[in-house]
Amino acid sequence: MLLIRCPHCGERPEPEFAYGGEAHIARPADPAAVSDDDWAAYLYLRTNAKGVHAERWRHTRGCGRFFNALRDTTTDRFIATYKSGEKRPEGLR
Amino acid sequence: MSVARLPTGGQVGRDRTLRFSFDGKSYEGLQGDTLASALLANGVHLVGRSFKYHRPRGIMTAGPEEPSALVTVRRDAARSTPNLRATQVELYDGLCAVSQNRWPSLRFDLGRLTELFSPLLPAGFYYKTFMWPRTAWHQLYEPLIRRMAGLGEAPLLPDPDRYAQQHAHCEVLVVGAGPAGLAAALAASRSGARVILCDERPRFGGSLLCDDRSRIDGLAATEWVTAAIAELAQNPRVRLLPRTTAFGYFPHNHLGLSERITDHLAEPPAGLARERLWQVRAQQVVLATGSIEQPLVFPGNDRPGVMLAGAALRYLKEQAVMPGRRVVIVTICDSAYRVAFEMQAAGARVAAIIDLRPDPSPAQPDGWQQRLRQAGIAVETAARVLRTRGRGHVSAVEIGRLDAAGLPTGQRSIDCDLLLVAGGFVPSVHLFSQSRGKLRYDEALQTYLPGDSAESERSAGACRGLLSGLAAALQDGAAAGAAAANASGCAGEEPRFEIIEDSTAATAGRLPRAEAAVSGPKAFVDFQHDVMLKDLDLAMREGFRSIEHIKRYTTTGMATDQGKTSNVNALHHAARGLGKPVPSVGLTTFRMPYTPITFASFAGQARGEIFDPVRRTPMHGWAVRQGAVFEDVGMWKRARFFPRSGEDMHAAVARECRAVREGCGVFDASTLGKIVVAGPGATAFMDRFYVNDWSKLAVGRCKYGVLLRDDGFVYDDGVVARLAEDRFHVTTTTGGAARVLAMMEDYRQTEWTDLDVWLTSTTEQWAVIAVQGPRARELLAPLVDGLDISAAALPHMAVVHGTLRGMPMMLFRVSFTGELGFEVNVPSDQGAAALDAICEAGKALGLTPYGTETMHVLRAEKGFIIIGQDTDGTVTPDDVGLTWAIGKAKPDFVGKRALARPAMHAPDRKQLVGLLTRDPRVVLEEGAQVVDVPGQAPPMKLIGHVTSSYASATLGRSIALAVVAGGRARIGQTLHVPMPGGEIPVEVCAPVFYDPKGARLNV
Repeated sequence: MLLIRCPHCGERPEPEFAYGGEAHIARPADPAAVSDDDWAAYLYLRTNAKGVHAERWRHTRGCGRFFNALRDTTTDRFIATYKSGEKRPEGLR
Repeated sequence: MSVARLPTGGQVGRDRTLRFSFDGKSYEGLQGDTLASALLANGVHLVGRSFKYHRPRGIMTAGPEEPSALVTVRRDAARSTPNLRATQVELYDGLCAVSQNRWPSLRFDLGRLTELFSPLLPAGFYYKTFMWPRTAWHQLYEPLIRRMAGLGEAPLLPDPDRYAQQHAHCEVLVVGAGPAGLAAALAASRSGARVILCDERPRFGGSLLCDDRSRIDGLAATEWVTAAIAELAQNPRVRLLPRTTAFGYFPHNHLGLSERITDHLAEPPAGLARERLWQVRAQQVVLATGSIEQPLVFPGNDRPGVMLAGAALRYLKEQAVMPGRRVVIVTICDSAYRVAFEMQAAGARVAAIIDLRPDPSPAQPDGWQQRLRQAGIAVETAARVLRTRGRGHVSAVEIGRLDAAGLPTGQRSIDCDLLLVAGGFVPSVHLFSQSRGKLRYDEALQTYLPGDSAESERSAGACRGLLSGLAAALQDGAAAGAAAANASGCAGEEPRFEIIEDSTAATAGRLPRAEAAVSGPKAFVDFQHDVMLKDLDLAMREGFRSIEHIKRYTTTGMATDQGKTSNVNALHHAARGLGKPVPSVGLTTFRMPYTPITFASFAGQARGEIFDPVRRTPMHGWAVRQGAVFEDVGMWKRARFFPRSGEDMHAAVARECRAVREGCGVFDASTLGKIVVAGPGATAFMDRFYVNDWSKLAVGRCKYGVLLRDDGFVYDDGVVARLAEDRFHVTTTTGGAARVLAMMEDYRQTEWTDLDVWLTSTTEQWAVIAVQGPRARELLAPLVDGLDISAAALPHMAVVHGTLRGMPMMLFRVSFTGELGFEVNVPSDQGAAALDAICEAGKALGLTPYGTETMHVLRAEKGFIIIGQDTDGTVTPDDVGLTWAIGKAKPDFVGKRALARPAMHAPDRKQLVGLLTRDPRVVLEEGAQVVDVPGQAPPMKLIGHVTSSYASATLGRSIALAVVAGGRARIGQTLHVPMPGGEIPVEVCAPVFYDPKGARLNV
């Protein structure tokens, strides 16, 4: 069971959270202007990182808010968590 | 006094004897005995039969690593625990144990005949032997093998005991209360840190409990243990957990501990939980899990009377039990010498020490040679045990040397009734490895040690390879405890201990592990799974090169002991056989649990009625009184149908359907998901989220909403009412309520932060009573306190606020039946009263309660889809005929862009259609496949499948919905549904079977 630091509530156990897939994938502002291939990429293509991965979590059974996390997928170590809308912290690995 | 119990010594209570039985025979033991020590005290060595060959097996160890002495302990018919290690079962007065895997009795076991066929049962025999005929596996071979090879039997009655679960947090968790663990706990606790100390044994102290020669801080070792426990116990920030196994190390320093609370008690107090599962989240963990002595491999090494040297020492020192009188010790390391001295001093005759090392003495402490001479103990160097002899119990060993060609020379036989083996201690790295720490191979110890940690964790003492002596372990534990306290923010200081060590306790020296094994018949590596050296050899001859594959092929290390006494020997033998260094052969994975844990401890209180939360609607009691048959929909209990006396489901549903079509019916629709979308941005939010155009929806009106995912596939649906300009009452499917709200929150929080909108689940705020049928208005009109609910005032798809007999009410005019219909929403706590009022008024009109089954039939007659039944996540709005719902003028909504992809308009997409069987009495199976060409041989070309199928009382025939490739263009065609009994011809039709114009709705 992972221990996850919600940026709003602090450290809480994993069962309070829901995983939300890769972070920083913005829905195109004007979908009609996006090609079929680009739309398919938006829907389906993910980096599937081995190592540091920026991903979304939601504190479903807590404050209910989405936030982002940097997690090392090989060790399950959380490097940072940060609020939705904030830039991915740089220089962390 | 029992035959093997010494008159003095040990740490057993001698003032009172405990009676116990084994296989029906009564014996006596003492407080402080394990079942194993008590059996040995009574001269009982034969305690079990092996898994595969039913060979007689005895007690080999004194701890959790025991592979052979597995027993069933019975309190009563419901409290019978199989596969317990006799070495860990604490004796209590009245304990009743029975042996396993034998028939008719332990002494005379017919299963022993399998050994006659053992040449036919090599490694992997079941992969080769029982392959033909194929059907025989399930019917013949597997049941036969299962009966012949096996462990104990689980009780058939429900477990009557209570199992507790508890979460705990601490700065420092110390696993293992031997010298290193106690020292770590002392150091950490003195810093003020919250400390949890657990140990699987009933008493703390570990190896100190069988050390009556060393002194710590001026105290005898056992006295020091008592003082240390006393100091820890009086510290309120320390929790001591004896009889508690740390079985699993999970990410982020989350450890599972299993505490056995009452299993050692003769009469467990009522109300006390039998076990407690601890989930500990520790800032820092100190692993002080010690080490496990390994056996040696030689022919006949499994005979009762063959025991680990360290185990014999424990039985001698802890329980004053002398497991044999004439002892031979075979060893590859120095630890056996201490055992020899102690056994001799206690009155046994040590006939010989057989030491594989050519010259063991240089590394040994001064004076050993003299002591050996004085004691008259002969040491045979460069020698080994070539085999054992004995009927049921070891009576002699044949020793000798191997020449350069590996052939035995200088054999001679030595009589003995106890053969002690000392294959060197191996650090217990199980938990460290579970924590994903990296193991490194240590050449000197010839085994794996903890390397880099992955968690906030440190290993201390024997489990990190400090196997030589008490001082090293104690001081290492103290250092680890202080460091752990410091790392958790407390000021830890490393205590120093004054230690006078037993000079015979050395265990150092390079171990000739790889050369130790002696081949030959019945040379066992894995005692619990009956894997022999020759099985490993066969696996290697057949081409297996990795220990992981050798393990799976031979099943070595795969028994319930997980190879605690076999993996190291198997690894070394494989490395030698393959001519590779040990580290390049690989290492099998250490998995949780360290020792078996009961299912009950994981289940805890979550069983029976509280296994899973149950959701009941406010009118549940009414449905019970009406005799409803319920079905589970998610966590909800929903009334499925209301049978009257003598009715089956078919008859009840037919009656309920007719009542709704001809008069009126009442239905509990409270489970529908309800979400209020409110705020200045509500309309924009709805426009972006649902396919529909909401801007033109007038306040007080409703619309059928369709929700897609951004991949364009239908995700949910439901009626949405506009309660105000900035307020929508959204309904969802029963099962979709939570995920729709989660999806809404996702878009609100992360994509459309420009919108000022609030989302609130109101599912449980409202009780929803659907009143449906041509007489619904007539029924409701007198109840709604003067509210005008005429067709003009409240047309189809309208909503109005009012009161029902004084109760606040939102009244929806909606229909999922195709009839004139209303959904009465009242606050949950008034649902039962409102329903009672409606039913009272309905008596005169023949108001009939109906359930979900009737609801399904009625909606299918109208072609209304059920999300998840008629759709499956690959269905577009067009596929199910919902294109009309889409707001065409909107620039964007979730799923719009994906709908523009060409594949979403392919003419051969599966489309929702109706199917009418040629024989109206035949009701198709839901999920049945549809083909267009009859008489095909498999594999047939499948063009769709049946999604909904019912007998329609209204239409007097069966009806079905299906998704069929290019279905709408096939209307009028005959297709076929192949079933085991033959193909069923069906005619394709439009998916609306009843009142296609909707005339009955708009009245």
